[in-house]
Amino acid sequence: MNIDKQPITSYRWETFSHMADIGIRGFGNSPEEALIAVSLALISVITDPQKVSPTSSVSITCQDDSYDLLLYDWLNSLIFKMATENMLFSAFEVELRLPFLRGMAWGETIDREKHKPAVEVKGATFTELFFGQNGNQWIAQCVVDV
Amino acid sequence: MEMSLLEKVSESCWQIPAHGTMRVPVIIYGSEKIIQQMDQKVAEQASNVASLPGIVKASYVMPDAHWGYGFPIGGVAAFDPDQDGVISAGGVGFDISCGVRTLLTGLQEKDIEPIKNKLADLLFKEIPAGVGSHGKIHLDKNEMDKMLVGGAKWAIEQGYGKEEDLQRIEEGGCMPGADPQAVSNLAKERQAKEMGTLGSGNHYAEVQVVGKIFDEAIAKLLSIHEGDIVVSIHCGSRGLGHQIGTDYLKEMVLCAQKLKIELPERELACAPIQSDLGKRYLGAMRAGINCALANRQILTHLIRKVFSYFFPNISMPLLYDVSHNTCKVEEHSINGGSKKLFVHRKGATRAFGPGHPEIPKDLKEAGQPVLIGGSMGTHSYILVGTTQSERLAFSSAVHGAGRAMSRSKALKEWKGKEIIKSLEAKGILIRAVSERGVAEEAPLAYKDVSDVVEAAHKAKLAKLIARLDPLICIKG
Repeated sequence: MNIDKQPITSYRWETFSHMADIGIRGFGNSPEEALIAVSLALISVITDPQKVSPTSSVSITCQDDSYDLLLYDWLNSLIFKMATENMLFSAFEVELRLPFLRGMAWGETIDREKHKPAVEVKGATFTELFFGQNGNQWIAQCVVDV
Repeated sequence: MEMSLLEKVSESCWQIPAHGTMRVPVIIYGSEKIIQQMDQKVAEQASNVASLPGIVKASYVMPDAHWGYGFPIGGVAAFDPDQDGVISAGGVGFDISCGVRTLLTGLQEKDIEPIKNKLADLLFKEIPAGVGSHGKIHLDKNEMDKMLVGGAKWAIEQGYGKEEDLQRIEEGGCMPGADPQAVSNLAKERQAKEMGTLGSGNHYAEVQVVGKIFDEAIAKLLSIHEGDIVVSIHCGSRGLGHQIGTDYLKEMVLCAQKLKIELPERELACAPIQSDLGKRYLGAMRAGINCALANRQILTHLIRKVFSYFFPNISMPLLYDVSHNTCKVEEHSINGGSKKLFVHRKGATRAFGPGHPEIPKDLKEAGQPVLIGGSMGTHSYILVGTTQSERLAFSSAVHGAGRAMSRSKALKEWKGKEIIKSLEAKGILIRAVSERGVAEEAPLAYKDVSDVVEAAHKAKLAKLIARLDPLICIKG
């Protein structure tokens, strides 16, 4: 698996309002692209992904029967890696073949001066959890607990 | 919230009668103004809770409630294990046993005024706070399991505090029934370097001055007087609790599907209390409570060390430690009898009235202290449980202001630097890792905590005793 060459700005993601927490959403022409986009949205809750240099990597493997649950597992795996490896990520590569999701996330050790991380993400939730198609567009989203 | 959906019971109490799949009514406490400010989702979520199996009496909403996931934050519900009652990971939340503790200092504002900046700087240096912060205590698997069973008691055995602290913590600082085997290795790994850390978001350590006493007699019992300096800590079970929430939320969603428990929302995922999954979650959740109690105890030790640098003979006894985001087994009055129930308090505080056996002897006459955290630049409050609270909401009260505005909206409204500056002009020193984090936690992004506390007091959920004003706030 190679590091994703697309610039961060080529992905389309957004955050959306939730009273206590925050929603993250990624769009793509494929499920993989939507997954990468929502991963960038996740990072954007903590810091600007453009501030994170993709210098080292972690690998993540998830297995589940549904797209929704794979998304839940993928985001929670990223959250776990960030917490335990003390990292932030800015580049991703994913390979999705139900029920398997294999991926890599590239980033660097959290540097509080450089990244000024705003808030910790505790976990992805089932609130607004959706990973599927709307017309030709793939959407991956959920509310994350912060 | 749309008031036309509600039936007025009294000036401080409203209800949504049981209808559709609801097994019990929803009871909402608060003034008309407070309830109007609540988002509509609170009514929807509380009604969903009312439809869960085994729920007893009502699904309660505290005056600080807002839209959560599954349960509203500020939601209270008790379940009867003998009536197929359930336990819900979403009803406890990710930040298991997040709570507040307050320490007395014996100091007055004039004592800290000359060293206020230095005190703020040293607290910020010594308390690991914010994303990516790690504590100095690293636990191996064996010690982790001991901590999960022992809670604050374990922390004190390691030298982080005094034996007498335990008297002032719910459950004597050690939640029985914790099962480290029910906690995943992932959760333990996530916690390994996070003991004694504050976290981020709305968590803080705050130096406060007692600004006003509302009940002199009870304040005296609590050893608080106008002008006293106190220190409050608001934080929880850190990565361990978050991972327990993640692990069990998914397992419960799948279990509910299998058992054909009808869930209006997936976040209401639950398991029968009597089931293997229910018992395992209880064991893990109780371990999470102990982790939070140990964490707050270690932070207490760090804060005492900082204060003793400036004031060598200071003792800083613990006033009290309360938890939110728990499910606890308690005896409650039902139909003239007494029954063991599993009480979920998500973003709500336990508030036992005077004389309750679980209140420390020397505070029995006062009632259980209820510590209400403010939001950085705003007041915090000390209340005590009332006798009426048992009947009103299984002895529960509010836990804080509750958000009034989303983080994204707060970011559009304010800049962290400006907030820090304006609070400094009012004599409140903020030390924070992230200016953006400060903007997201802007005082005005929360409801007016004074309104919330007044509503709880008027509803008799808890009795107002003292107001605390912030002087120094350490934010993650």
